[in-house]
Amino acid sequence: MRTALSTLAVARPRDLAEALVLMRDGAGRPIPIAGGTDLLVYLNAGTQKGDRFVDLRSLAELRGIRAGTDRFTVGALTTFSEIREHAALARRFPALAAAAAEVGGRQIQNRATVGGNIANASPAADSTPALLALDAIVHVRSSDGARVIALDRLFRGYRDLTMRPDELITAVELPFAPERSVQFFRKVGTRRAQSISKVVMAGVLRLGRDGRVDHVRIALGSVAPVTLRARAAEASLAGIAPSPVASYRARAALMDDIAPIDDIRSDREYRRAVSGNVLEQFLRSADPRFARG
Amino acid sequence: MPSSRTLKPAPVSVGVSIPKLEAGEKVTGRARYVDDIAVPGVLHGRTVRSTVARGRIIRVELDPAFDWRGVVIADHKDIPGENVVALIADDQPLLAADEIRHAEEPILLVAHEDAERAEAARMAVRVEVEPLPAALTVEDALARTALVHGDDNVFKEITIERGDVERGLAESDLVVEGEYRTGWQEQLYIENNGMIAERDGDGLLVRGSLQCPYYVHKALMRIFALAPDRVRVIQTVTGGGFGGKEEYPSMIGGHAALLAWKSGRPVKIVYDRLEDIAATTKRHPSVTRMRVGVMKNGRLVAVDADILMDGGAYVTLSPVVLSRGAIHAAGAYRWRDARIHARAVATHTPPNGAFRGFGAPQTLFATECHLDRIAERLGMDPLALRLANAVRIGDVTPTGQVLKESVGAVDVLTRTAAMADWTRTRERLTRENAAAAAHETRRHRRRAAAPRPGSAPAPSARRLRRGIGLSLALHGAGFTGSGEVRLASRAAISLGADGRPVILTANTEIGQGTITAFSQLVGEALGVPPSFVIVHDPDTRAVPDSGPTVASRTVMVVGGLLEQCARAMRERLELFAETPIAGADEFRRVAKRFLRERGPLKIERQYEKPPGITWDDDTYRGDAYSVFSYAGCAVEVEVDLDTGETTVLNVATAHDIGRAIHPVLAAGQVEGGTVQALGWALLEDVRWKDGRVWNHQLTNYIIPTSADTPPIHVEFVDDPYTYGPRGAKGVGELPMDTPAPAVVAAIAHATGVRADEIPVTPERLLAALAAREKS
Ligand SMILES: Cc1cc2nc3c(=O)[nH]c(=O)nc-3n(C[C@H](O)[C@H](O)[C@H](O)COP(=O)(O)OP(=O)(O)OC[C@H]3O[C@@H](n4cnc5c(N)ncnc54)[C@H](O)[C@@H]3O)c2cc1C
Repeated sequence: MRTALSTLAVARPRDLAEALVLMRDGAGRPIPIAGGTDLLVYLNAGTQKGDRFVDLRSLAELRGIRAGTDRFTVGALTTFSEIREHAALARRFPALAAAAAEVGGRQIQNRATVGGNIANASPAADSTPALLALDAIVHVRSSDGARVIALDRLFRGYRDLTMRPDELITAVELPFAPERSVQFFRKVGTRRAQSISKVVMAGVLRLGRDGRVDHVRIALGSVAPVTLRARAAEASLAGIAPSPVASYRARAALMDDIAPIDDIRSDREYRRAVSGNVLEQFLRSADPRFARG
Repeated sequence: MPSSRTLKPAPVSVGVSIPKLEAGEKVTGRARYVDDIAVPGVLHGRTVRSTVARGRIIRVELDPAFDWRGVVIADHKDIPGENVVALIADDQPLLAADEIRHAEEPILLVAHEDAERAEAARMAVRVEVEPLPAALTVEDALARTALVHGDDNVFKEITIERGDVERGLAESDLVVEGEYRTGWQEQLYIENNGMIAERDGDGLLVRGSLQCPYYVHKALMRIFALAPDRVRVIQTVTGGGFGGKEEYPSMIGGHAALLAWKSGRPVKIVYDRLEDIAATTKRHPSVTRMRVGVMKNGRLVAVDADILMDGGAYVTLSPVVLSRGAIHAAGAYRWRDARIHARAVATHTPPNGAFRGFGAPQTLFATECHLDRIAERLGMDPLALRLANAVRIGDVTPTGQVLKESVGAVDVLTRTAAMADWTRTRERLTRENAAAAAHETRRHRRRAAAPRPGSAPAPSARRLRRGIGLSLALHGAGFTGSGEVRLASRAAISLGADGRPVILTANTEIGQGTITAFSQLVGEALGVPPSFVIVHDPDTRAVPDSGPTVASRTVMVVGGLLEQCARAMRERLELFAETPIAGADEFRRVAKRFLRERGPLKIERQYEKPPGITWDDDTYRGDAYSVFSYAGCAVEVEVDLDTGETTVLNVATAHDIGRAIHPVLAAGQVEGGTVQALGWALLEDVRWKDGRVWNHQLTNYIIPTSADTPPIHVEFVDDPYTYGPRGAKGVGELPMDTPAPAVVAAIAHATGVRADEIPVTPERLLAALAAREKS
């Protein structure tokens, strides 16, 4: 542990209201801790900034998965284990359940929270592509009140959020995907478990009654400074009937959406090639007529 | 468990998988690793290191704003003896004085009783360095872009010759050439390096996580100019070594001892993972060029191998790693003509060192990959090519060694092929790959089935290919050449006051089950159950120098000495008692009476080479090892054509280790070694940035997890060796040799792409697949 733990202070608010006051008035800039699975890594390496923390783990208001008639609301403290084991949620949002099952390993999933995954704002986060493809809405709150932000609007730049530092994520809202749509999730990581994504993609696609794409969402991680929606690829598919040509065009458009780099885990060329290949896999899995001849 | 109260003769335990004697302490958490040991008044040591690969130290500055009270500081000027980590050559300083030869080179030590203050003190030291141009690759070093060692950057050069290679190549029907590369590999023991040092009267006591107590002992004597009896080294419970705790503990032990010497306080230095990966030794990367002459019928004639290994900035163990690599480069095959030329090259990178296999996995990788390339060129089955050329009794190796007994090459190949159902599996996978390819191109024309809402991607949407590959290896057990003769290891058994036999060796249990195997061998020879035998902690004050725990030598060499000691002890006691002894109770009774009437009993034996063994270090001719172990390995893989990811589906491997003393532990060695080799083949990629390890965390230095580990089927071929205890040969390193080339062969079978460099990362494989698609 390269950080001097004895110099850190952790406050344990009993409820959300108290937590929000601490976030507003706390000395320095207090940093929330949920599962701690990101924070502890930074503390161990001695790279975590700040020495005042607010532990969210006892905030009941941030827990629980609530099913509505047309949406689910998932508390920010919900762990990936809870997500992957929630049968109704997994049925509605298989892409999210698949993402949850591929975060770290079982031990990490038992602690890691969806709110932490979002707020950590890693470009390699695994749940956020699934959440982006599912049009997730993030509920945040500060002592000034609550507001909602479309997840798509939350990520401004590399590890930079449009949230204020005194705001907490309280929940994630997930509207049902259109009936008869197909969901997809594929993580291409460094190994089979405890792995960080080199490319991660989630998708939702529906063919309308006329056989043309009438709903499409494609989101990726590890290919840009933020996890993002692939708008150009989506646009190239909207209103199009499945064919190898459509797939080829989507793939070409995707290259305008992404800006991968060489880094410690992989390289730009690989990420471009794999993004295209996985997109094709998604389209093939949605409809075989997308497959290359 | 056999009870020590039984009066019946002790049951046979050699060859039986009794419960591992050292396991209880570990699984119950009672075992105390170095960091668990609380020493009153201990200071925590930290190491200030170079951040550049090469340079001149101009000044060391202590931040005046920092509170230095209570901080002990030591540098090279504090060394009472020589500033050297003694090993083969004495070129490596304990602390850099003015010249820096590699990144992470230790410069200054700090210690404080509060670990956090020690860490803060480390951060408050600023070292001003004039950077100099560095040679970071073997290519640069050979081009002499900068000088690291001597005037040619070559630590060691070896040539092994037999017959006339040029004539052999000229007379062959076909000459096949290739170049193969292997990367660095981190040992990644679970427990990081760590040592505790304290003053002990007018001497030193150093305890820690280590493989070779007498290596540390020798190094400390030089650093402190102390006589042998004033330095005491004790091994603590050790969480894995794999070679990574062969030479490095001399460095970290020297550092802890220097701080302790200066402060008069006990000092503990335990690395965290970041420091351990960044600063300690790795497997030598290698480049091997092969030229092989072969006849159309598949008979191998001549091999010409040229090997380069990157030794890093100091000699450390590179000459002997190179030597083992060179000797193994001909593989387990008979050649009429052979020429093996090998060089260990110096670069401005952290020294590479011992790692399971010790140079052999690198050169065997080249040879085995090359055999597959030859099989392909000949249109021959890779198994048939190997079977036709594998060594048999009476064959002669390139050093001129006649293989006299226990030569299991053909047996392990045959067993491996049978376990993997080689011929049929290969044909089936070929068929299935063709069908998958046809299906993929046809698929889009079929009418789409209505997709189900929320369905996961159909498995058919993945483009997968499968393949199987096979390899064969041999591995010399014990030190290379005259190494064992020079070591002249001694091991002993004494009688404890309670009448139990006490094993005295410097060999260390580091997870492999040394205590169990020694207790089995000794127990059976004494006629007592293994649990009755006591194994003394490796403590240089109490145990003789039985040599290091390396080179697959512990059971075969030291176990052999112990068996001799045990037989002699039994004979002595039986003569004394005038009756045969059987069982623990009887043994104890006789032993106690002996102690009362005759005094202490200790029986020691020293290594003597088996008859008929000769070796010449100058010409590299003779018996490189007293015997070789053999392994065959078949690996089945699945490659995702969209991502270049390789999944290992299955491993079948047969080993000839003479005789397994403890079959379950031996199989454990094979399984663990196999996984480590699969990591080397596919995942483990040390990434460098300006001469420093970039991915020095477990997040980014990728080793296989249990989820990446395939089913591994292990079989042993019984072929006892006359001069090994109960027929045993070495097993520790052998499983590291075969999996990597088998993986490469399997990928080639699956995809048609032959990778000549490991790790075969998805990045490399996808690029190769794309290149092939283009051409
Ligand atoms: C071994 C290991 C493997 C991992 N594998 C993966 C993986 O495969 N995929 C992946 O995506 N991630 C992985 N991670 C990263 C991590 O587990 C996830 O990002 C996780 O979701 C973080 O959640 P947490 O609750 O632990 O966050 P914490 O560490 O508690 O917090 C993370 C960040 O979010 C902030 N934060 C937390 N909760 C809130 C909130 N409610 N409101 C505002 N800010 C908040 C914190 O201040 C901090 O900046 C891994 C981590 C480890 C250690």
